Amino acid sequence: MLSAIPFMFMVSLTVFILIQLPPGDFVDSYAASLSASGEVIDAATMADMRHRFGLDQNILMQYFQWMSGIILHGDFGYSFEWNSPVSALLWERMGLTLILSICTLMLTWMIALPIGIYSAVRRYSIGDYFFTLVGFVGLAVPQFLLALVMMFAGVKYFGIDVTGLFSQDYANAPWSWDRVVDLLKHLWIPMIILGTASSASLIRIMRANLIDQLYMPYVVTARAKGLSETKLLLKYPVRIALNPFVSSIGWILPNLISGAVITSIVLNLQTVGPQLYQSLLSQDIYLSGAILLLICLLTVVGMLISDILLVLLDPRIRFE
Amino acid sequence: MVDIVNTAATNNDVILDVRHLKTYFGTGDKAVRAVDDVSFQLKRGKTLCIVGESGSGKSVTARSILQIVDPPGKIMDGEILYYGKDAKGQDLARLDERGKEIRSIRGHEIAMIFQEPMTSLSPIHTIGDQIIEAILLHQDVNKEEAKNRAIEMLRKVEIPNPAVAIEKYTFEYSGGMRQRAMIAMALACNPKILIADEPTTALDVTTQAEILALIKNLQEQYGMAVLFITHDMGVVAEIADEIGVMKNGHLLEFGTAEEVFYTAKNDYTRELIDSVRKLETSARKARKNTTTDQKLMEVRGVSKIYPGRKGFLGGKTSAPFKALDNVSIDLYEGENLGIVGESGSGKTTLGNCIIRVLNPSGGEVLYRMGSGQIVDLAKAGTHDLREVHQEIRMVFQDPFASLNPRMTIAQIVGEPLLVSGKAKGQALRDRVTELLATVGLPAMALDRYPHAFSGGQRQRIGIARALACNPRLIIADEATSALDVTLRSQILDLLLDLQEKLNLSFILVSHDIGVIRYFCDRVAVMYKGQLVEVGEAEKICSAPDHAYTKALISAVPGTHPQDKRIMNRHRYNAEAPSKVA
Repeated sequence: MLSAIPFMFMVSLTVFILIQLPPGDFVDSYAASLSASGEVIDAATMADMRHRFGLDQNILMQYFQWMSGIILHGDFGYSFEWNSPVSALLWERMGLTLILSICTLMLTWMIALPIGIYSAVRRYSIGDYFFTLVGFVGLAVPQFLLALVMMFAGVKYFGIDVTGLFSQDYANAPWSWDRVVDLLKHLWIPMIILGTASSASLIRIMRANLIDQLYMPYVVTARAKGLSETKLLLKYPVRIALNPFVSSIGWILPNLISGAVITSIVLNLQTVGPQLYQSLLSQDIYLSGAILLLICLLTVVGMLISDILLVLLDPRIRFE
Repeated sequence: MVDIVNTAATNNDVILDVRHLKTYFGTGDKAVRAVDDVSFQLKRGKTLCIVGESGSGKSVTARSILQIVDPPGKIMDGEILYYGKDAKGQDLARLDERGKEIRSIRGHEIAMIFQEPMTSLSPIHTIGDQIIEAILLHQDVNKEEAKNRAIEMLRKVEIPNPAVAIEKYTFEYSGGMRQRAMIAMALACNPKILIADEPTTALDVTTQAEILALIKNLQEQYGMAVLFITHDMGVVAEIADEIGVMKNGHLLEFGTAEEVFYTAKNDYTRELIDSVRKLETSARKARKNTTTDQKLMEVRGVSKIYPGRKGFLGGKTSAPFKALDNVSIDLYEGENLGIVGESGSGKTTLGNCIIRVLNPSGGEVLYRMGSGQIVDLAKAGTHDLREVHQEIRMVFQDPFASLNPRMTIAQIVGEPLLVSGKAKGQALRDRVTELLATVGLPAMALDRYPHAFSGGQRQRIGIARALACNPRLIIADEATSALDVTLRSQILDLLLDLQEKLNLSFILVSHDIGVIRYFCDRVAVMYKGQLVEVGEAEKICSAPDHAYTKALISAVPGTHPQDKRIMNRHRYNAEAPSKVA
């Protein structure tokens, strides 16, 4: 567990090196965007900006300043592009992203687990083939395409705008009960779009896990005891087939946050993905660095959670 | 085929009457007839053994009774009349396999125990949970009461400290304890019939003896009938009142133990019994003595220690484990040395240390090369080992796992020659053909893959591979354990023939006293990493000195139904370890 600390240190170093790797810095890309609109800034202004942002120091110094700010003051740095502290920018988006991710995860499991169990128990039945087909289509269709189709269908046939997480009235409003209701109204479409592919793969995983367990000798033993098929199924093979799921929570968490960038851009969702993309483009290093760091932290935390859950669920691991 | 259907159908003694049972896997012409027209009767309070080799259909027969055959297996025809509830009899074959009626029979009237006590119990539920579940299913008691009964059952099967043991998981139990827990679970609802499907096959011989005695004991207490499925004629001789012999789905012979053992009508039955009795004699005595007084190998104080491991977060540390503790033994040229012991005794580790698959932690293994040079195998470098590995070869236990499924027989057998650069091209092919002929396989086997061969044939291929480089010493690690009993003596005879022709010495590692007695000149007995006794095979197997060896030998099942050896066995209890404290 304690090994997470040096690991996070390595991660932060790698992240910082990575975001510094592209040639030039924020001032260069700022100047480039200005010159695209016809304005020109002279070298002295640029040097002045570099000095103000601390970009003229060497990389190591910049790294230590950044890290000490995070560790000592919880200060993730300053976003050049947005002219505001990174933490202020991040929290709202992070919160929305987490809500969306967790709802999507729940939906995925609610759909995938029962279907997976059905497919395994009724292997090679018509139902199994049907879900297999649906699953493969779900896996094969890119999410952003699905998003585009949904947007089109929404506007054309239902006359509703499915983009964004809020209606225009609530987009920048302070939090209120009405705003929550508005969020819930918008949440289900990205949930379905984002959940499709992961449901499809979870169905396949559950099916394969369960088939491995269904013919184990302990199932025969339980049957020979006189247990009914349903009770037996849920208590023994399904219970054991769930363990690999728990261990996958670790990589589902960061994936849900960073994995849907294109879809989020298409749907204009105020989540972390599009912000990361934009900050990388404009070389807004502290913003992109903070996001990358948080994603890595979530991975580590996710792994820890799934390890702890696994220990609770599986006595074999407890006694290792 | 024996027709006994009409003899005693309504006899009051009969509790289970199986008539013309047919269980097939699949349908139509391609169906595998796993059980084909099998009829037998099980009498109240008696033990019926169904014996047969792998694939004979004995397990499927047992599972058909409770309708728990794995799909696509299905009872196609026949009756299974159960006279437990009333004199009229209930036909179990007619019941719906998912229905309430059959479920009230399973575990309640007829209970079953299985071969692999590890995989046959759920790894993530406690032993108690699984026993209590069986009690709650069939008896009208509350949880508290059920738990007390479960503890009582664990006490009956002689599990120490049952109130604590009930909260443990299967992996905290030893193999024998798991099987005891399984028996406790099966007997929790006082069944009238216990079906035991090879319950002792995965266990050591002394543990097997304990379990057999326990079943016998409980059978008398509860007045159960026992249907015992096994491949081991020795076990049959120990426990059977009546015997059914199966082969290829047919019941070839059915009769009392005495009838089957002494006046068997069927040739196959006689063959089975003979192949077990054969292993009660020594084949080495009858042959030319090849042993010389030239020492081939001296093992001096060899140890193998596995260091302790740090636990999670620097918690519990496990103590270093001594797999081999100061073992010394000599091997003479032309001699067959047996190493016998139970699982965990270090016998395989010793073999692996000699051939340097494992690096010994201490001691020396002085080996005299064909050139007369003496090499210490415990310290030899890569270059020396390469030479040594031409002279010492190994034959492995599992003929299915030890042959690469993607290589042809010619490639498998020829590989040692190719690697050592001794032969290639046509010369290699000729040599491989010759080797296959030596082990009794036709040349047409050359270009086929391992899956095309049976277990016995594969073991011959493994032997041919070992012979490829003209070795002087062969280490055979449980080389016959995975084979059916009729094949066992064939392979041993083959090895003895080869020894006379090729001037070989053998180290045979085995848990099977019969195999050791048949094949070896001298025997080393191992127990917990130590060598407890070394001596002439004949003496060790009939009049051993050490108390552990005595216990080991007396736990080996006999081959005559009258002398129930196991019931009068010698028990060894020195620092008897038990996993549950």
